Amino acid sequence: MVQAKKTEKAERSDGRKLNEMRKMEAKVGIIKRADGSAMFKIGTTVALAAVYGPRELFPGFMQNPEKGILRCNYDMLSFSVTERKRPGPSRRSVEISLVTKNALGSAINLDQFPNTVVDVFIMIVQADAGTRCAGITAASMALADAGIPMRDLVSAVSVGRINGKIVIDLDKEEEDYDGTTDIPCAFMSRNNEITLLQLDGDISAEELKQAVELGKEGCKQISEIQKKALKERYKEIKNE
Amino acid sequence: MNNLDLREYITSILANGHRIDGRKLEEYRNPIEIKTGISKNAEGSASARIGETEVIAGIKIGVGTPFADSPDEGVLMVGVELLPLSSPEFESGPPGEQATELARVVDRGIRESKMIDMKKLCIRKGELVWMIFLDIYTINDDGNLIDACALAALAALKESVLPVLKDDKVVFGEFTKTKLPLTRIPVTCTLYKIDSYFLVDPSTKEEKVCDARISICMTENDNICAVQKGGSKGIKIEELDKAINIAKEKTKELRSILNNSSVK
Amino acid sequence: MSELLVDEKNVVVPGEVIAQGMDYVPAVGSFRDGDKIISSQLGLVNLSGRLIKVIPLSGRYIPKKGDVVIGKVADIGFSGWRVDIGWAFEANLSMKEASSDFIDKKTDLTQYYTYGDIVAAQITYIFGSKIIDLTMKGPGLRKLKGGRLIKIIPSKVPRVIGKQGSMISMIKEKTNCRIIVGQNGLVWVQGDDNDSIVLAVDTIYKIEEEAHLSGLTDRIKIFLEAGHGSSKKD
Repeated sequence: MVQAKKTEKAERSDGRKLNEMRKMEAKVGIIKRADGSAMFKIGTTVALAAVYGPRELFPGFMQNPEKGILRCNYDMLSFSVTERKRPGPSRRSVEISLVTKNALGSAINLDQFPNTVVDVFIMIVQADAGTRCAGITAASMALADAGIPMRDLVSAVSVGRINGKIVIDLDKEEEDYDGTTDIPCAFMSRNNEITLLQLDGDISAEELKQAVELGKEGCKQISEIQKKALKERYKEIKNE
Repeated sequence: MNNLDLREYITSILANGHRIDGRKLEEYRNPIEIKTGISKNAEGSASARIGETEVIAGIKIGVGTPFADSPDEGVLMVGVELLPLSSPEFESGPPGEQATELARVVDRGIRESKMIDMKKLCIRKGELVWMIFLDIYTINDDGNLIDACALAALAALKESVLPVLKDDKVVFGEFTKTKLPLTRIPVTCTLYKIDSYFLVDPSTKEEKVCDARISICMTENDNICAVQKGGSKGIKIEELDKAINIAKEKTKELRSILNNSSVK
Repeated sequence: MSELLVDEKNVVVPGEVIAQGMDYVPAVGSFRDGDKIISSQLGLVNLSGRLIKVIPLSGRYIPKKGDVVIGKVADIGFSGWRVDIGWAFEANLSMKEASSDFIDKKTDLTQYYTYGDIVAAQITYIFGSKIIDLTMKGPGLRKLKGGRLIKIIPSKVPRVIGKQGSMISMIKEKTNCRIIVGQNGLVWVQGDDNDSIVLAVDTIYKIEEEAHLSGLTDRIKIFLEAGHGSSKKD
């Protein structure tokens, strides 16, 4: 339980500061059969993403003769969560697939690939809150790895308010705490453009602005991690 | 790539006793990597990697009413999902025939070998038993999914623990130290046939040109507890003997890799 | 004034600023945003005068007019063939473009190319994603018989070919093989003995693996001279 005493000391139940994200790890090119793939881990939340495309879109009537379309599928392994998730799409995963698609879609340009589809698959292997954000972060790297032209990388993190304090990267305990406001957000960091913003809770406009500002800073840091992971794949071997 | 040409090329190399990647016919890819505890919310989990093929298995354990015809036994449900992220050939949607066959073959080996002592999973006869949900997901398909899925399933089951039970309900997120009651370890080896050659652990390219396959699941005393012949061409009866002998040797090797991976 | 913020041959990611100022012009793989030139790809920076290009390090083959590609005949229609070139859609080879011979309308087209045949062709016209026209009239364009067909990542093709064909010529010479490299990543290798083919194939895979590293030409030269391969990958 998040203790009121601890938040006064600006510390959270796992010892983090209010504006401190959990430890992160990123790796690109982990699924060889995909055109692009990546893994993103934040705290103990682990997301895998794979991209296939541009490829032919079936059924034909769904094809757009003016540009390619982006298709997104977010799901969780049945055992990634504490209480088993029944296999198959849930309403939650359908909604997350949609907002993910929009978050990523703002960054990509498929004008040069009419009638095709770019498929993004996100799988949560282990869940400890922030799964949709981890998925978006991983998918953005996977899209770059697949050579899909993008205006910028998309980075995502959750921000929120617990016990009157604005925090970043809520873990499961904090998310479940009564009275928490949870705000997942995603940014294209170069121009500070928001591509995902959702909120559930009860918060003032001023606090929301503060939270989004905090999210912007966090996403900037995450974009550096993404950049490093993408370049890591093609690192020069110094001794040859 | 032209399948006919590929097949000719593969068989011409097989005639010299090895395969297009240099392996011998009865050689698994190297390394075979098994990692356990890869998904912390699961009661047990493992990933198995053979060459570039990678799958993840995880176990969630709950409680429920037993089946009417086995009132004093726990319940085991095995599911396999061929994730579209693992191959351009898998589509989203409910499990089709390939995923279903895979799940049932893995299930059969575990069930028929009596790997899990189902009677020990009984809490109150006719009323409450432990229910084991084993779900296997493909992460990268580069051939030989059957053996990889079976291996991951075994590793996950071996390290699974029961969750805490309070007032006949599972306390989510709390685990005991009690492992599952396991008796023996049934290991699967699938042999693939091209012309008259038998090989193990095909890559995607090799799998595409195979005529038939036969999965043989064996326990420690070399008894066979499950068999599944797949593919649309036949296997000669003389060839069955050969397949069993290869399986005998390979399952021993795989079992030893499995046992070594549990040593922490 | 204008300045280049990244060195040539550096790896850049989408959204990364390559140059500032109005003197530079964005070409393939980059775009202008205000006074900055930004990369749109994960790739290598390439400077050509004032043109800034980013050459993608990965991704599927995107057909371009003029590309020589290797494809497989997937379908036969009344007036031509449909060829799979590894793109989302099949390319079109009309009777008119299939051969220097004149093909009569009533001819059985399978006499020329049939299902599964491997051909080296050139893209003459593209419209959108679905219309890709091929020709087989041209030097080196023909049906490919026998030999081995391998697949590499399309973005590595320029490295396999080398500056003015220097790399591929070196491989052909040292292995005595006939090799055609398709821009779509399909490579056809034919030789007189299996060992030469294996060496050529292994060399090509090695270039694919190490394409982004410097000193590649020398390393490949040494590899070819050592003269053995064992076809580890296929």
